[in-house]
Amino acid sequence: MQDTHHKPRPLGGRILTVPVVILTVLTLVAVYYVAVRFYLGIGAVTNVNPGYPWGIWVAFDVIVGPAIGCGGFAMALLTYVLNQGKYHPLMRPALLGGLFGYTLAGVAVLIDLGRYFNAVNLMVPWYLNTNSIMVETALCVMAYVAVLWIEFSPAVLERFRLHRVREFLERYMFVIIALGVLLPTMHQSALGTILAVNETKLSPLWWTQLLPLLFLISAIAMGYSIVAFEATLVSRGFRLKSEMHLLTSIARITFWLIAIFLVLRIGVIVLNGNFGLALEPTREALLFWVETILFAGALATLATDRLRRTERYIFLSACLLLLGGTFYRLDSYLLAYVGSPGWLYFPSVPELMVTIGLVAFHVLLFILFCKYLPVLSNPPREAAKARAP
Amino acid sequence: MLAAQLLRATANNASQDDCTIAGMSRREFTQFCVGVAATMGLPQAMGLRMAEAATTQARPSVIWLHGQECTGCTETLLRAQHPTLETLILDLISLEYHETLNAGAGHQAEAHKKKIMEENKGKYILVTEGGTPTKDGGIYCQVGGRPHMEHVREAAEGAAAIIAIGSCAAWGGIQSAAPNPTGAESTQDIVPDKLVINIPGCPPSPYNFLSTVLHLLTFKKPPDLDDKNRPKFAYGRLIHENCERRPHFDAGRFAREFGDLGHRLGWCLYKIGCKGPETYANCPAIGFGDVGFGSWPVGTGHPCFGCTEKETAFEKPIHALAQVKTHTPPNAFPNVSGPKGWPADPVAVAVLAGIGGVLVGAGAVAASRMSGTPLKDEVEEPFDKGAPARHTAHADKTAAKGADEHDASAPES
Repeated sequence: MQDTHHKPRPLGGRILTVPVVILTVLTLVAVYYVAVRFYLGIGAVTNVNPGYPWGIWVAFDVIVGPAIGCGGFAMALLTYVLNQGKYHPLMRPALLGGLFGYTLAGVAVLIDLGRYFNAVNLMVPWYLNTNSIMVETALCVMAYVAVLWIEFSPAVLERFRLHRVREFLERYMFVIIALGVLLPTMHQSALGTILAVNETKLSPLWWTQLLPLLFLISAIAMGYSIVAFEATLVSRGFRLKSEMHLLTSIARITFWLIAIFLVLRIGVIVLNGNFGLALEPTREALLFWVETILFAGALATLATDRLRRTERYIFLSACLLLLGGTFYRLDSYLLAYVGSPGWLYFPSVPELMVTIGLVAFHVLLFILFCKYLPVLSNPPREAAKARAP
Repeated sequence: MLAAQLLRATANNASQDDCTIAGMSRREFTQFCVGVAATMGLPQAMGLRMAEAATTQARPSVIWLHGQECTGCTETLLRAQHPTLETLILDLISLEYHETLNAGAGHQAEAHKKKIMEENKGKYILVTEGGTPTKDGGIYCQVGGRPHMEHVREAAEGAAAIIAIGSCAAWGGIQSAAPNPTGAESTQDIVPDKLVINIPGCPPSPYNFLSTVLHLLTFKKPPDLDDKNRPKFAYGRLIHENCERRPHFDAGRFAREFGDLGHRLGWCLYKIGCKGPETYANCPAIGFGDVGFGSWPVGTGHPCFGCTEKETAFEKPIHALAQVKTHTPPNAFPNVSGPKGWPADPVAVAVLAGIGGVLVGAGAVAASRMSGTPLKDEVEEPFDKGAPARHTAHADKTAAKGADEHDASAPES
């Protein structure tokens, strides 16, 4: 518990490290293809077609991205709603991850929209179709991006010593934090609802009325996983003291979330009498098993108290769950989704490079923010050692 | 007594004060004429000249003769909306004789026609609607006890211009189709030594007729005509060239029968007998009935039957394939039921596989370097027992140092 008393501080250090250069190059490649997309149109860059109007830019950048960026939301549930103050040190890095996850998802939407300039109409109340799930999702995401930036702003204000502004903000921060819990609940489930209204286009191995709930549970579980993933990697990479004791108690929650998810997910298929589909030699069945095994693996690596106390298994479990959650979303939005029969889709190289570039940009910003702004609060390992009796 | 006067008196909007022409304000009429000029491919100034010509000159008399036909051409003219064309026609021209619209009848009407033809010899416009029977002395269509043939020849004699409206007058129409029991012929066949402007169509667009009349009034000569004496502005291009379904033809998407998927999706009607590829007319460009885009046969899902072409309409069966005058669809058109979209690019597959490999590899390496020892309660340093940590390039020495410096300078609150 002593560790929580450490204040977050910028890491500092050299900026132009090898990973930063590699990530910058990947980002610049994406910038080039995005420029081509805006100059020549979507068709010049992507393989999307009338049968697959949503390619990986939607399925990965917009659907998977915010789920991976759910750390801020998941940690806020724990820290503020359940009032577990001890998790506070994990809050800022989680928020930072969510911040970029969501912001870049918004950017990806603008790149993917054919008539992106019409997106401003979302802000015009009388143009809104209030029966549209997409409108709900879009508004929630836009509002949550703003909320995340405000939630994270104290880190920036601290860095530039704008204490007055910070004090003013923190007086009303509870409203923002409340919104920061409400909005993701709404739109993470809405991402499932988008598919729930598309019963005929989705295999019964994925389609169920419970899709909104399944999307929400898996998003929260992915949120905790990205926190564990990021915390283990950052403490390794930046040589900081580990936050294992916090991760262990989070792992317990993650374990139960995955368990509930799997029971609901498979239970619905069995109850609807569709489990036979999973045993047929089809592509859908293969995807279903890959996804289920990933979730089950994440569950198994957290199964005992001993495993949950071990950094390696925490990390492995986080990796498996993030992969499983990613596959769950890719399957239901792209791989097992048949919008119009007879169409083929495989992302083109430029399309892939844009997605890779966005992810690279995300990691790049995360590293730079950690170095410049007070994000991480675990003390460097050497310092901790020196203080040890 | 006359049709023109009667209609003019009863028309709602035919107030005759100085500032209205044909029930329209001067401004509306000028706009209309400019629109007509645009339809004919003439510059805007020509529209103004048309408006001037139509308002300043004495209205020319028009004799309108009906032959073997269904009166559809007159019906379509009466339904023109911009402006209500009967009003315009009656104020623009002086319609002296028209068997459908005549208020008078019998000898009275015939006598008036004769009087007008004598008074305006060489100045009136003759419009013929319907084919002319020639077999057995033309006895199969008679008006006032005389064959239609004689009426046409008599009226053509002193006409300044002759317009044959509709397919029947332009090339014989349905009654001229084999076996042609009445020996029906076009107006041009009856008066071979005169120039007859043909406005074929079953029915033709009223605006093609009106534009021709305005052209005659303005320039005192017929518009440019093609080899069948049809105005080029209306009949210069194939329906196929301006058809809104043309992209489907080019992409090989055809309706195969009425009501099939392709038909319901609005695909090309060529394979169910559309004659658009061999028919010259401006139907897709201007439509019918003034109700907007798509209001013409192909637009509503029926194949064109080629009403403006003598060799096509009533000669070729509805289902027969048109002779494509531009280019025929090759057999190599994409199969509409096959897979669409682009298959996986090997490079893209390689990139994806590479990402997968990097992720799995990096994950495995990271996991292998992490502590495999369970955390004990309240233990501060789990890493002491783990492997030495020096695996990432950016975890350089300055990281810890820099952090310390920042720590020292950071404001403590």
